[in-house]
Amino acid sequence: MTSSRDGRPAPEAQKRPYSRLHQRLASGDFAITAEVVPPRGATLSGIRRIATHLRDWIDAANITDGQGAVTRMSSWAGSLGLMQADVEPVMQFSCRDRNRIALQADLLGAYAVGIPNVLCLTGDHPRFGDQPDAKPVFDMDSVQLVWTARTLREEKRLLSGQQLSVAPRWFIGAVENPSAAPQRFRAERVGKKIAAGAQFIQTQFVFDVPIVERWMRQVRDLGLDKRCWFLCGVGPIRNRRVLQFLQALPGVYIPDHVVKRMLGVPEDQMANEALELCSETIQQLREIPGVSGVHVIASGWDDFIPEVLTRAGIGRRKPLDPAFEDAAAAVARPAGPGAARVSGGQPGAD
Amino acid sequence: MLRLHRLMEPNFVTRGLARAIEAAPPLYRAFTWLEEKTKHRLFGCRMCAQCALPTTAYACPQTCPKQLRNGPCGGAFPDGSCEVYPEMACVWVIAYERAEEAGRVEDLRRLVRPIDHTKWGQSSWINYWQGRDHGLWTEDDGLAAAPRL
Repeated sequence: MTSSRDGRPAPEAQKRPYSRLHQRLASGDFAITAEVVPPRGATLSGIRRIATHLRDWIDAANITDGQGAVTRMSSWAGSLGLMQADVEPVMQFSCRDRNRIALQADLLGAYAVGIPNVLCLTGDHPRFGDQPDAKPVFDMDSVQLVWTARTLREEKRLLSGQQLSVAPRWFIGAVENPSAAPQRFRAERVGKKIAAGAQFIQTQFVFDVPIVERWMRQVRDLGLDKRCWFLCGVGPIRNRRVLQFLQALPGVYIPDHVVKRMLGVPEDQMANEALELCSETIQQLREIPGVSGVHVIASGWDDFIPEVLTRAGIGRRKPLDPAFEDAAAAVARPAGPGAARVSGGQPGAD
Repeated sequence: MLRLHRLMEPNFVTRGLARAIEAAPPLYRAFTWLEEKTKHRLFGCRMCAQCALPTTAYACPQTCPKQLRNGPCGGAFPDGSCEVYPEMACVWVIAYERAEEAGRVEDLRRLVRPIDHTKWGQSSWINYWQGRDHGLWTEDDGLAAAPRL
């Protein structure tokens, strides 16, 4: 699974990459993913618009799944919206709302309609969302969900033991938060997800690079960087309201020097300062061995990603090796504009 | 607690006891009631009947609001309090600290399988002595060879 630093795709990607994101990571390039929150409404127009805007700058975009326990359009529908605009989705799966029957059903359905990346997480408890009276399910946790996804894909069977007619073949991801307590255990915990089958990890917001440096050192000591790709979450502290929101968010740690820096500029200059800070953070993260990309969380600020990537000296995405474009494209794109794959056959089968 | 656990390991005495108790429903109900009272007072037990206490340094994972069997989640506050109920300590932070103190962090690296929800309210001790707990978690951290779910 080692990504090749000299630009040649790692051997497993030469067989057939799971997705363009997989191929990008395997090539050794610094990967960029974005986070897209689906709408509170029955329309894909906003998702298509942002996808068109970001298409040249990102490898894939996450569609969140009831993030913050706030009711939004489902992750599968949002993922289809991205695909309609030629952006590869990472479909997020939270364990909060569905039991193991529904989760397996949605995992199968995701691949059948062409979604090539799945991200498995436990999810936010209903308590702080817009529907605190809802029943929390949590039939499985994120480790078990990753494990389930790998079982479906590699063993071609359900948890019940029943065989699948066609196995799904997505790229499996998970989430970790190096800042959350207990910090000493966070490398071993991500090891559990990798043992369960996680191939890429996206982290929560990073505002304290030394914490990530320490975490990645432990990750490397455990040999986990040879088995998995790591993308660090970054995003802007756009104004004071966002700063307060982020400070209250569980698991997000903003060190004092960052808070001082952001509050040290007038409110109307905070956006620019946020861009500067994030661009510096990205450059620092790039220097950490084992960090393979960043996951940019900037919902609601359409121009943030192009701006911050320009400042960080990364720019637009380079084309992928054309030898694998067709294979990856066949996996990532539906059959036609607005069409979802219905045949159920394996896309791009060789 | 770990020493006490060794006393409770399945052997021909405990297996025989389990069989006898299961054969008599009133006895089973009384035994289960006693188990619930004891374990709830000591560990906050919720009687899932698939006891994970040996892998969590005796901090019950069912007290976690998200019912994590492979915790902690990514939301525990820096002071170790729970993301969902900040007035309470994260049970997985407690589990880790206890395991670290006892030199048993490798227990927390095992992958724990999803529980069987048909077993709520049963006696976990009886299930344990009858060998039904086999496979609740992996033998090791699963990194050397992919474990089966």
